[in-house]
Amino acid sequence: MQRSWTLALSEFVDSVVPPSSSWRLNAPWMRGFSRFWGLYLISGLIVAVVILPVLYLILRGADAGAEGLNYLMRPRTLTIVSNSLALVIAVMVSAAAIGVPFAWLTTRSNLPFRRAWLVVGLLPMVIPSYIGAITFVAVFGPVGAAQQLLAPFGIERLPDIYGFFGAWLCLTLFTYPYFMLPVRAALLNCDPAIEEAAHSLGLSRWQVFWRVTLPILRPALMAGAIMTALYTLSDFGAVMVMRYNAITRAIYVAYNSSFDRNRAALLALVLVALTVWLIWMEQRLLKKQRLYRTGIGTGRALRPVSLGVWMSPALLFMAVVISLGVLVPVGTLITWSLMPQVSSGVNVNLVELGVNAMSVSGMAALVVGLVALPIALLGARHSTRLARMITGLSYLGNVLPGLVIGLALVFFAANALPTFYQTMPLLILGYAIRFLPYSVTSTRSVLAQMNTALDDAARSLGLRPREVVRRVTMPLARAGIVGGMAMVFLSAMKELPTTLLLAPIGFKTLATRIWTAQESASLSLIGIPGLLLMAVSCGALALLLWRDEQSQR
Amino acid sequence: MTDRLELQGIARVFGTVRAVQNITLSIKEGQFLTLLGPSGCGKTTTLRLIAGFDAPDEGAIRIGGRIVADKRTFVPPEERRVGMVFQEYALFPHLSVADNVAFGLKGRHDVKQARVKAMLELVGLPHLSERMPQALSGGQQQRVALARALAPQPEILLLDEPFSNLDAALRLQVRAEVRSILRETGTTAIFVTHDQEEALSLSDKIAVMLNGTIAQFETPQQIYTHPISKAVAQFVGEANFVPAHASGTRASSALGDVTLLNPMLGAVELLVRPEMIHIDPAQEGVSAQILWSEYYGHQQRVGIRLADNTSLIVRTEAQIVYTLGQQVRIRVYAPLWAYRQV
Repeated sequence: MQRSWTLALSEFVDSVVPPSSSWRLNAPWMRGFSRFWGLYLISGLIVAVVILPVLYLILRGADAGAEGLNYLMRPRTLTIVSNSLALVIAVMVSAAAIGVPFAWLTTRSNLPFRRAWLVVGLLPMVIPSYIGAITFVAVFGPVGAAQQLLAPFGIERLPDIYGFFGAWLCLTLFTYPYFMLPVRAALLNCDPAIEEAAHSLGLSRWQVFWRVTLPILRPALMAGAIMTALYTLSDFGAVMVMRYNAITRAIYVAYNSSFDRNRAALLALVLVALTVWLIWMEQRLLKKQRLYRTGIGTGRALRPVSLGVWMSPALLFMAVVISLGVLVPVGTLITWSLMPQVSSGVNVNLVELGVNAMSVSGMAALVVGLVALPIALLGARHSTRLARMITGLSYLGNVLPGLVIGLALVFFAANALPTFYQTMPLLILGYAIRFLPYSVTSTRSVLAQMNTALDDAARSLGLRPREVVRRVTMPLARAGIVGGMAMVFLSAMKELPTTLLLAPIGFKTLATRIWTAQESASLSLIGIPGLLLMAVSCGALALLLWRDEQSQR
Repeated sequence: MTDRLELQGIARVFGTVRAVQNITLSIKEGQFLTLLGPSGCGKTTTLRLIAGFDAPDEGAIRIGGRIVADKRTFVPPEERRVGMVFQEYALFPHLSVADNVAFGLKGRHDVKQARVKAMLELVGLPHLSERMPQALSGGQQQRVALARALAPQPEILLLDEPFSNLDAALRLQVRAEVRSILRETGTTAIFVTHDQEEALSLSDKIAVMLNGTIAQFETPQQIYTHPISKAVAQFVGEANFVPAHASGTRASSALGDVTLLNPMLGAVELLVRPEMIHIDPAQEGVSAQILWSEYYGHQQRVGIRLADNTSLIVRTEAQIVYTLGQQVRIRVYAPLWAYRQV
């Protein structure tokens, strides 16, 4: 009995960690993908957990039936949806208008200190949208610092920061780096010989830009557009603080009023539908391959373009962007952290908040690190339709707004697993669903880069498949796994909406502390946690850039 | 004595494509066999079948007399004791040279260390044992890959285009070194290559593979002088084909009267290797016109045209310079191999 269990277990393990080279036994039942049934099974189960809450949400929404449809068709609902869409489009355009020139200036022009400008220009990515929005309201609001500064000059009232304008301004400033990164990469990879060829055929500098460079940038522009669109659509913090009635805010308001929980679910479904539509558009539009180089190309470096008379306007433009995007938030936080910490009676114990945040983020990182491995193996080594479907579904958590994930889990737990409602495991599950894709992509890219001949070589030297994993695959994948876990940790630390919905009562993190302080206008309490979270974010950005560099080697 | 390796009627099908078909060959202990053929001919598939990375659809494979693959049995690669040197070397990037070489060894640490040291000395790299593979040159990586594969004393060593990643200057030297290392250890080796020079110089026997089957399986000399078909003749070495009329052991052609290696009757095609045609300074023989010449330093290749407009390629000593359009006389001395004309 003992022998057959161990035999079955070892067979299972061998089917999870098969060699990368395809081979099959002659026995018919071993043919095809069924050889790797263990891997598919584990990955399928994991992905089932990821999509289960969202499926439940869909069922709940479908339950509402005709009444639900009526609610969705009401003018008020349509206004909310169009609010979100308007914001998305506006932010996409303005973020591109800032990000693309910024990328070009720091990559192709003869601007002095280009690298420094680049790093500083990317910094707004580091600011969580809720923190940024809070500082903006504090500075540009009716009783804000800017108003006080400008009052002596006779300016009585600044334009209202709340509403569309504030949300648009904040989101533009914090998302334009999403255009900078891909556009910069595209410009760097561009073969200078292409532009030289265009010049030799008689095109002027402007013509070259419009007819040669810009088309080459198209994939990068689309990548940036998708990222900003997704970010804006799912944004919670900026929209809430600016009191702009977008879908996420409507969901949260509906959720907090006990009459409207079903409506929250319906609105969440609309958001899911819009997100899925965006992703589908992205897939369709991104069919083209990289346009950077045809053939081997030259190894020449790009000659910087001289700005001439445009130098001053360029510098001014970047200075304005950076003052708004970096100096305002950071400066405000520093000012607040230097203020006397006036608490409203509750003892502010930063250490406890920090420990809470780190422990739950750490556990989420561990869970995700483990769970991502089978999916990464599946994605890197198998290209069957089933494998692609499973891997694709695992990305669902990152694509959907955190608010929706939190909401789905709340409904699911409250109705199906009441014991788990508002417990730590549920919060960790929420983080795990949201941030699983970070670990999967990280591990998967490392696995995909590995020469498959290594597995064959190890087996030709006498190692069994699971030994191959232990002695070859794992050591090489370790860097990717650890990198992915670090990303999960850092993202969970500053996460807000999922935490607000799922955290057990009394469990506070740095992010939730900032949120409650903002609601009670105790601004001095926001300073230090805000700076801490920004430092954490910096760590995540540095990690992202470092890994990007590594994969380009 | 049982053959070290025996393949009987091996076939492997991918969908509707018969990658290899009817592969039968055998090799004795200590011999070098080369699978030679153009890309896509099935030689790498055959190699992977021998290694155990794939299973045959038909036929049987025996190593040292033991069945490792047939209709009922399949021995996985880690149990076959078949070592492999990969085209891209496939050294483990996270391990040092010494750890790479020790990878397939089992047993006590000091015993393993001694073996690693011996192998590195065999390939001439004892001073690099602590280096990482990324820091080595191509030739050094290849030698480490060889040491790693030989360390566990495999029954057979497979080498998949092992010299194709080396630049031409290095190739000759490394080839000679590898050959002497393998002879010294008495290893039974199977090479896979598309380079016919490599095959001719390294092997005891060559299996010429074309379109998934073995066209000819013999010694290099036999294959070069008596290629079984025109396709084999063209793939292994350069070939001119001259039509002729044979009557027994003699034939008459545009090259004059020649002797045949194989007696034939009727219309035939003669295989004339470029080095068999001599440009006669004494001006005796068949007349021909020089079309072009390529200088190689030690030799030259000359294109000539006969009176009946047949073009031939000739290899001859390089000292004499021929001018375009020059009229010369050529003779063929050696007996020639002939094919029935279809």
